[in-house]
Amino acid sequence: MSAVAAPASRPGSFAGAKPLAPISYKAPIGYAAVAALATLLFGILPESGRRTTFSVSTRDDFFQIESFTVPSKATALLLCLAALALSAWTFQAARTRRKVGIWLPAVYAVLLIFALLTWAVAGKDQALPLTSLLQGSLFLAVPLVFGALAGLLSERSGIINIAIEGQLLAGAFLAAVVATITQSAYLGLIAAPIAGALVSALLVAFAIRYVVDQIIVGVVLNVLVVGITSYLFSTVLADNAATLNSPPRLPRIDIPVLSQIPVVGPVLFKQTALVYLMYVVVIVLQVMVFKSRWGLRLRAVGEHPKAADTVGIKVNRTRVWNTILGGAVAGLGGAFFTVANGLAFGKEMTGGKGYIALAAMILGRWSPKGALAAALLFGFADNLQVVLGIIGTPIPSQIMLMTPYVVTIFAVAGLVGRVRAPAAEGVAYVK
Amino acid sequence: MKLELRGITKRFGALVANDHIDLVVEPGEVHALLGENGAGKSTLMNVLYGFYDPDDGQILVDGVPVEFAGPGDAMAAGIGMVHQHFMLVPVFTVAENVVLGYEPVKGGGLIDLAEARRRVKEISDRFGFDVDPDALVEDLPVGAQQRVEIIKALSRDAKVLILDEPTAVLTPQETDELIAIMRQLKAAGTSIVFITHKLREVRAVADRITVIRRGKVVGAARPDSSETELASLMVGRSVSLGVERAPAQPGAVALQVRGLSVLDEAGVLQVDDVSFDVARGEIVAIAGVQGNGQTELTEVILGLEPAVAGSVVLDGTELIGRSVKDVLLAGVGYVPEDRSADGVVADFSVAENLVLDLFDQAPFARGISLDLAAIQENAERRAVEFDVRTQSVSDAVSTLSGGNQQKVVLAREMSRPLRLFIASQPTRGVDVGSIEFVHKRVVQERDSGTPVIIVSTELDEVLALADRIVVMYRGRIVGTVPGGTDRDVLGLMMAGVPQAEAEAQAATHHTVLGEADIEASEEESK
Amino acid sequence: MSQATPAPEQPAGSTAPAPRRDDGIEARAQGALREMLTSSWLVTVCALVLAMVISGVLIAAADADVQDAAAYFFARPADFFSAAWDAVWGAYVALFQGAIIDPTASTFTRAVRPLTETMTTSVPLILAGLGLGIGFRAGMFNIGAQGQIILGAIFAGYIGFAFDLPPVLHLLLAVIGAAVGGGLWAGIAGFLKARTGANEVIVTIMLNNIAIYLVGYLLSTKAFQREGSNNPISPPVGGNAEYPLLLGSGFRLHLGFLLAIAAAVFVWWLMSRSTLGFQFRAVGSNPSAARTAGINVNRVYLLVMMIAGSLAGLAGSAQILGTEKVLTDGVAASFGFDAITVALLGRSKPLGTFFAGLLFGALRAGGFAMQARTGTPIDIVLVVQSLVVLFIAAPPLVRAVFRLPSAGGRGAAPELSAPVVKEAAA
Repeated sequence: MSAVAAPASRPGSFAGAKPLAPISYKAPIGYAAVAALATLLFGILPESGRRTTFSVSTRDDFFQIESFTVPSKATALLLCLAALALSAWTFQAARTRRKVGIWLPAVYAVLLIFALLTWAVAGKDQALPLTSLLQGSLFLAVPLVFGALAGLLSERSGIINIAIEGQLLAGAFLAAVVATITQSAYLGLIAAPIAGALVSALLVAFAIRYVVDQIIVGVVLNVLVVGITSYLFSTVLADNAATLNSPPRLPRIDIPVLSQIPVVGPVLFKQTALVYLMYVVVIVLQVMVFKSRWGLRLRAVGEHPKAADTVGIKVNRTRVWNTILGGAVAGLGGAFFTVANGLAFGKEMTGGKGYIALAAMILGRWSPKGALAAALLFGFADNLQVVLGIIGTPIPSQIMLMTPYVVTIFAVAGLVGRVRAPAAEGVAYVK
Repeated sequence: MKLELRGITKRFGALVANDHIDLVVEPGEVHALLGENGAGKSTLMNVLYGFYDPDDGQILVDGVPVEFAGPGDAMAAGIGMVHQHFMLVPVFTVAENVVLGYEPVKGGGLIDLAEARRRVKEISDRFGFDVDPDALVEDLPVGAQQRVEIIKALSRDAKVLILDEPTAVLTPQETDELIAIMRQLKAAGTSIVFITHKLREVRAVADRITVIRRGKVVGAARPDSSETELASLMVGRSVSLGVERAPAQPGAVALQVRGLSVLDEAGVLQVDDVSFDVARGEIVAIAGVQGNGQTELTEVILGLEPAVAGSVVLDGTELIGRSVKDVLLAGVGYVPEDRSADGVVADFSVAENLVLDLFDQAPFARGISLDLAAIQENAERRAVEFDVRTQSVSDAVSTLSGGNQQKVVLAREMSRPLRLFIASQPTRGVDVGSIEFVHKRVVQERDSGTPVIIVSTELDEVLALADRIVVMYRGRIVGTVPGGTDRDVLGLMMAGVPQAEAEAQAATHHTVLGEADIEASEEESK
Repeated sequence: MSQATPAPEQPAGSTAPAPRRDDGIEARAQGALREMLTSSWLVTVCALVLAMVISGVLIAAADADVQDAAAYFFARPADFFSAAWDAVWGAYVALFQGAIIDPTASTFTRAVRPLTETMTTSVPLILAGLGLGIGFRAGMFNIGAQGQIILGAIFAGYIGFAFDLPPVLHLLLAVIGAAVGGGLWAGIAGFLKARTGANEVIVTIMLNNIAIYLVGYLLSTKAFQREGSNNPISPPVGGNAEYPLLLGSGFRLHLGFLLAIAAAVFVWWLMSRSTLGFQFRAVGSNPSAARTAGINVNRVYLLVMMIAGSLAGLAGSAQILGTEKVLTDGVAASFGFDAITVALLGRSKPLGTFFAGLLFGALRAGGFAMQARTGTPIDIVLVVQSLVVLFIAAPPLVRAVFRLPSAGGRGAAPELSAPVVKEAAA
């Protein structure tokens, strides 16, 4: 359309000497440093001659895979060297200005994790049960996935949801009480989202109707939910534990056939209805957020609310309903703490998982599948600490527990720093 | 479709933005709404578009009163709007933006993207727009984004199309193309409301002109009214359209920019090997369509952005690699392009804004303590000197009008002894009175011997102020021409055409605006 | 388009109506009344009342006698209301007696001890709240006071029990250590925000969790764990490192309270009189304009976090050198999170934060007494706290409930309101 588009010829330009951005070696150096440290700790310093045993199969599998035993030091060294090789690859990629795929950090992490495991259980009589390690990781990731999806739904619409913690806690509370009264874990599962949605309703009431800063409302709502649930716990639940706070446990459902596949079966298909529900929610959201009319409008409102308004989309209404939907999803995740485990509700029992879910959402770059991956990573670290605690390891448990948080900081500072949040996030829309 | 507004009134608190406005748009006419910045044009159109609720008055479509609860209703009634600030989601594709709000769906609520692309293609082909439905909007140049906005409105069967300051971002040639589109639409029976403060365009395309001032309709004018008539109607007094200034008396070269290159965060070259000089006592204007590297150029001089190559030498001192603070203290005055984003701190008082750069220097600070009395005294003096109209210098700067906020920025940046003065879009969103004042001060600064750089996308402003004009396109300098160069030549150069070729082309074909220039200068010489 | 700029298209030279000069005395009195009714001070009081009322409903609902009376509500509604009144009144009286003054006490010392407990409890709240307030005003949402308090306590504690130094010097070093510990810990978040743009909300939340595990880990090491103990507990800090008691051994009130007052004065000077505070405020309301005016925004991020962290670290010193005397993993209690509500209630201003700290200190101190006397769990205090802050943030809601005249606008209190899209006037 433009009349002429002949590029201007420029007298006196340097032939072909296009200035380029200075190459940043930060990431490669980081990779190499961690791999080198691991090589030293797991592959060089430990005494030699010890062996590590991994077990893989569970009893019901179609066929059994034997446990295998490897020489600890050599295996760990090999794995660390492979990680070092990957670091070298990132140097080369940075030097030639190529982008590395997502596979690289994934493979790198798996290598180092195996090196760590090999080292941690070296010389123990007990085998490291890989399958149950993964199974437990998935299980522990459940509240994080639901929480991260809750954050995603509201943040994609432009509302920052710090109240995930409160939504999880409210869900856990109501699920426990309803499940106990009705003696049905499933009814507890249905009640949980209602509690989460109520917290969201308060969030949007203050954030949209009264234009209060969304982070402030979220933080304060978390305190409010802790206060109310703890208060009710101490007064009502504590005295009537049998009638109000002894929820039945959500039964495990083994999917026929699928559950008997070695490794995959027990990990993915010997879980509770809540976990299966999680699969469904992740897949549905992954498709709907990016391909559906609802998703397009949701994202439009979070990116450029005024543009959405000018084409007749009700901005605040969209924000209200999606944030409430998100609250319901988080509430469902809250059911994990009580009915999914068959545990009674306890004060502040979510223990900061809502904040970790928030981190998972950011690490997952506001996409459902990313949130799932990040949540699984956190779940793994959490479970690893439990499993290693049972076997007994040289690592203090606190250091293990700290790891996911440290990883998150590195990720937020290095990997995610450049990722774009929804543009209108946290910004009230007032005409 | 005939559109009528009767007695529309819209208040914001004590301020009456629209005061009983009547307006009739006949089917198939181009109706220009002329008024200066802040006159209430956009408010009126937002009312018409269902974006604001009017406090009083009626909207009639084909004689039937209608009420719009939101833009959706207005669209359904056949009213489409192309906003001055495009209402496009940058991270969406063209097709997604066009169908947003009335998406074609397949089963399960999934969007039928094929149908969406088809809608874009259909209109795009009908008007000869060359728009890729799958391109991300943020990757498109502004001209193309505007076409996406038009497609968006037309795909919803708009019978009345409101264009809000549509030419602000276009070259004269692109403006010509827009005018052609408007004529095409008009021929097809679409009415157009054309909102602008630019007199020439109004005269070129309007069938009827309604002038509003301070929220009121002050009269109608015919398209053949002279610019001076329109201007005095618009402003309410006679105004001098040009800037009175003596010819420049350039001194020694003060600023030397050599081989300057700047990359943005994505690694794209925004300024590409730019070199030019500015002498003492001259105004060099950097002309170009928005987004061709001018902003980055000024930001790199100030030290806001790093340069990947090149040097900027002011009076023998290298500026590249210095902090913003050092550059400011070295005597650079800087008026940023986006006043509310970069120029003022909205909830700071006028007084605080006036020392935003010097708060830690004597006399405003003693050691690490602020001297509030000195800050107050300075503010009162500057407010008088720069005609800042405010109740009190302790008021938050956000309570001031755009023009007065700009004067605050100007007063601050001109309050140091200057070795270089840079102003980006110095009169964007500013009323005529303030424009005159700002231009006068800029020329005064030049006459006192300061080298001045003006960055402007408005050719009117470039032509009014510049002693020399540097034209930028895609980060490069297309050419440097003397002030007062033919508007069509500049327009072509802004589209990347080299100077010689541009002069040849312009000689054979004049744009509508270019012709108006020639007429005006002929009239003057008579 | 926004509340902050209610004049999208202000005509040039338009002026607000000039102040009227012919007001009669009556009109002036009315004006004064109106001023009072629309003041934020009144909103604060009303918000507190509203929060207490709602919490009262919760107290009544959970009370066994009230539940019994509710069973035959329609037969004898008066029983229900009197039971509810007894429950709520009893709880709040106990709260008051535990927080301010206990007229039923046998000795004067016991009668006024509650007030001194309130002051003691408020010390960490005020100190940490002041730090958070600085961050809020500089546009940094620091959720990390909890971790910063812990680090302050670790540093102060270690200096306190690992060394044996002369009086004054020992305390001084321990207090400086606390400030340095908290400052460095918060500085991580500031540094990362400045260098990589990492969101400080996420980073400080992560640092809180890391700090909790860090103190747990340290308390399992030889350097920190008390000799002969298997529990995560440190040796007591040396007597020379403790904050001296202000009112003798009968009260816990210690020098930290004066430190809190001094800190409030310092923060006032910093934020409204110093060039550094000018930069903090400028960055807080418009970082991009601040940068354009030559302010080093990254340096501000780092400094703000370090100063905020130092104040939170001092709050940690009040815990370990003032009241707890030993390092445990619960040394910070929930002061770091409560301090957020303190700073919000105090609208990030020093004086406001000071009084908000006193108020929440009173609720906390009184809460313990209430729990002991009437069995009402102290958790209700959290409900009151969070409701107060919510209501403070939404003055129109409070005004609507109490039928107060509007101060204009329907939005949040300015310090607590969300950013709103601002558009250049067309």
